[in-house]
Amino acid sequence: MDGLKPRIADAMHRQSQPTVTVLSTLLAVQDELGFIPKQGIEEVAAFTSSTINEVWAVASFYPNFRFEPPCLHQVEVCWGASCHLVGAMPLIEAALQASGLETEGDTSDGRLTLRYNTCLGACSQAPVMAIDHHLIGRATPESAKARIAELLAEQNG
Amino acid sequence: MASFEEIAAESQQRWEELTAGGQPWIRVGTALCGKAAGCDAVIASIEAALEQNGVAAQLSQVGCLGLCFAEPLVDVQLPGGPRVFYGNVTPDMAAEIVSNHVAGGSPLAHLALGYLAAGGPDEEVDSTLAGIPDLNQHPMRVLENRVALRNAGTIDPGDIHQYIAYGGYHALNRALTEMTPEEVLEDVKTSGLRGRGGAAFPTGVKWGFLAGSNAPQKYILCNCEEGDPGAFNDKAILESDPQTLVEGIILAGYATGTSHAYIFIRHGHDGPIDRARAAVVQAQEMGFLGENILGSDFSFHLEVALTGDSYVAGEESALMEAIEGKRAMPRYRPPFPAAVGLFGKPSNINNVKTLAYVPEIIAKGGEWFAGIGHDKSTGTVIICLTGDLKYTGMIEVPLGINLKDVLYQAAGGVPDGKALKFVQTGGPLGGVLGADNIDIVLDFDILRTAGAILGSGGVIAADEDNCVVDLTRALIAFCQYESCGKCFPCRMGMSHLLEVLERICRLEGVPEDLDLMRKVGQDMQAGSLCGHGQLGFNPVASALRYFGQEFETHILNRRCPTEVCSAPRFSPVSSRR
Ligand SMILES: Cc1cc2nc3c(=O)[nH]c(=O)nc-3n(C[C@H](O)[C@H](O)[C@H](O)COP(=O)(O)O)c2cc1C
Ligand code: SF4
Ligand code: FES
Repeated sequence: MDGLKPRIADAMHRQSQPTVTVLSTLLAVQDELGFIPKQGIEEVAAFTSSTINEVWAVASFYPNFRFEPPCLHQVEVCWGASCHLVGAMPLIEAALQASGLETEGDTSDGRLTLRYNTCLGACSQAPVMAIDHHLIGRATPESAKARIAELLAEQNG
Repeated sequence: MASFEEIAAESQQRWEELTAGGQPWIRVGTALCGKAAGCDAVIASIEAALEQNGVAAQLSQVGCLGLCFAEPLVDVQLPGGPRVFYGNVTPDMAAEIVSNHVAGGSPLAHLALGYLAAGGPDEEVDSTLAGIPDLNQHPMRVLENRVALRNAGTIDPGDIHQYIAYGGYHALNRALTEMTPEEVLEDVKTSGLRGRGGAAFPTGVKWGFLAGSNAPQKYILCNCEEGDPGAFNDKAILESDPQTLVEGIILAGYATGTSHAYIFIRHGHDGPIDRARAAVVQAQEMGFLGENILGSDFSFHLEVALTGDSYVAGEESALMEAIEGKRAMPRYRPPFPAAVGLFGKPSNINNVKTLAYVPEIIAKGGEWFAGIGHDKSTGTVIICLTGDLKYTGMIEVPLGINLKDVLYQAAGGVPDGKALKFVQTGGPLGGVLGADNIDIVLDFDILRTAGAILGSGGVIAADEDNCVVDLTRALIAFCQYESCGKCFPCRMGMSHLLEVLERICRLEGVPEDLDLMRKVGQDMQAGSLCGHGQLGFNPVASALRYFGQEFETHILNRRCPTEVCSAPRFSPVSSRR
């Protein structure tokens, strides 16, 4: 975990906006590492002159923060109202089936994280999902299953 | 530093070179709708085809024209000619468009969606366009009156010169050189502009509170949290024409004697965030932000701040907590933000759309804006049309228009010969209207009386195959998931409502459930700290009002008329905190 220290420091210092806060610093660290390690909480506290308690309070409030290293691929499926009405549920069911998960979370082989999203912002293209932050509109259960199967089968990737 | 006249002349010259110069101009929609429809692959194909055909062309990534259903949307403008639009473009089609139209000079009439004359709708167009319709006659465009969206999909959002060439920053220049702050404020009051973030509070009155404070440090906060599922117009403005927002914010600062501002966006929406940041940098470079703007004694600074995932972070006092870097939990009021706001300083919060109207209001006068609209709902409204509609997308129409016309005319009604069953408006704190109740004028006050707010402008349509109880359950699942947990009537109330609705959807509801929900709703309304809990019963209340029978069928007959609820249903997310 020691290799993370310079990356955390770099991410915290690289923030270019004038207003630097606990939240902005946590976002910067997660952008860099894909997660907030325990050490990151301590570093953010020191950097922002806050207590570990204060930093943890913020980090635990926003569900976008994760505290374990991320999987290789991120799959998000929207369940917002626009998507719900035109087939978000079958899409979520297909994504769960294809990834062998019971609910959102990480596959045990560390290849894929499945997350539910409340609105991916492309509601006119509903139902919407995203793979590694690339939006996919008018997604179907079949296309979702196929894409997830590819991600899980891919070698060295 | 260059004078405004010099800047405007340079912008004009660049614009003329771009449109009348020797090169064709290709524009591709790249807002979130375009991205989700696959614009990246289309752009790659266009670039490859240009190279293959050996033609030079200007390729711009523009925002959202509003015709989201037709994304990926590509248009080609030959020098001096009209823009010819192609919808639902695939990479193969893109290559064909480049070789025939861009390189060969002949538009593909069989593929084209329509044209827009460069000189406006009255211009005669030449015969190569035979067979291509005027895009202004498209149902999605006929009812429109574009104010905040006037440049969306037309100018390159990454090029401040195009905004200036289209009349941008003339209002700011005029305000700084010819108007006192009081006159700018008066114009906004005269316009009757009301907040577009949900509560529809008069903007001029709100600015007046801030202007009245002579505290040395004050803040303007622009709210682009936009967590409402089904609404994407705030993000679309940032992606399509961020400078109109920046200019509006600067004018708000001038009118209220404020020197600092923030644009507040949820992290992760990289397109809008990158556009906002780039726009701030460009405005700084031009001297529209910073010290002594355009040589005046007015100085103003603007910064982009990000939040984590939290719907309630869009609530005005939670927003201030989030900018301060804390949990996005609403504050007790009083004191109100105009007295004690961000970092304890007087602050004014406005929605993106509200502020995006301001440059045109100052350019054309408050009376002009007040002349559009209906009664106390002046101006236009930007509506996001999603769900079971033929044309999904974003339109800007004058307030006072009938919702029915928006749904059946602009959006083309429900596809596949199905009937409309209900529409959900105003986001998860809004309501539903039955198909029989949509003959209603778009007006903040009229809609509120009908139990369905305009909110941030989301209108989600559902056809006859959808179940109202199921959608209500999904909306409450959202509200429950997003409750910040600070006060128990909302935290417990939402959980309780969700439990009851899940039971009804499993066809295991009991007759007492409807009264139980009403009781919980009353407590939430009376005892919650912020709008999330106070308004959170709205979806249930309006569904009961217009579809009480459907709830009763679920409970008394243990049957879902649409059979949506007969499959095992689940709320994807349960309590988060
Ligand atoms: C739970 C909750 C979420 C809100 N989210 C937003 C939002 O995403 N964007 C917004 O402009 N207003 C939102 N509002 C309304 C704001 O509190 C505030 O009224 C608004 O930003 C004021 O701007 P306006 O006067 O221009 O409408 C929200 C309110 C509540 C209660
Ligand atoms: S009403 Fe709900 S969202 Fe608002 S402060 Fe209370 S718990 Fe938080
Ligand atoms: S509701 Fe799914 S993208 Fe907005």
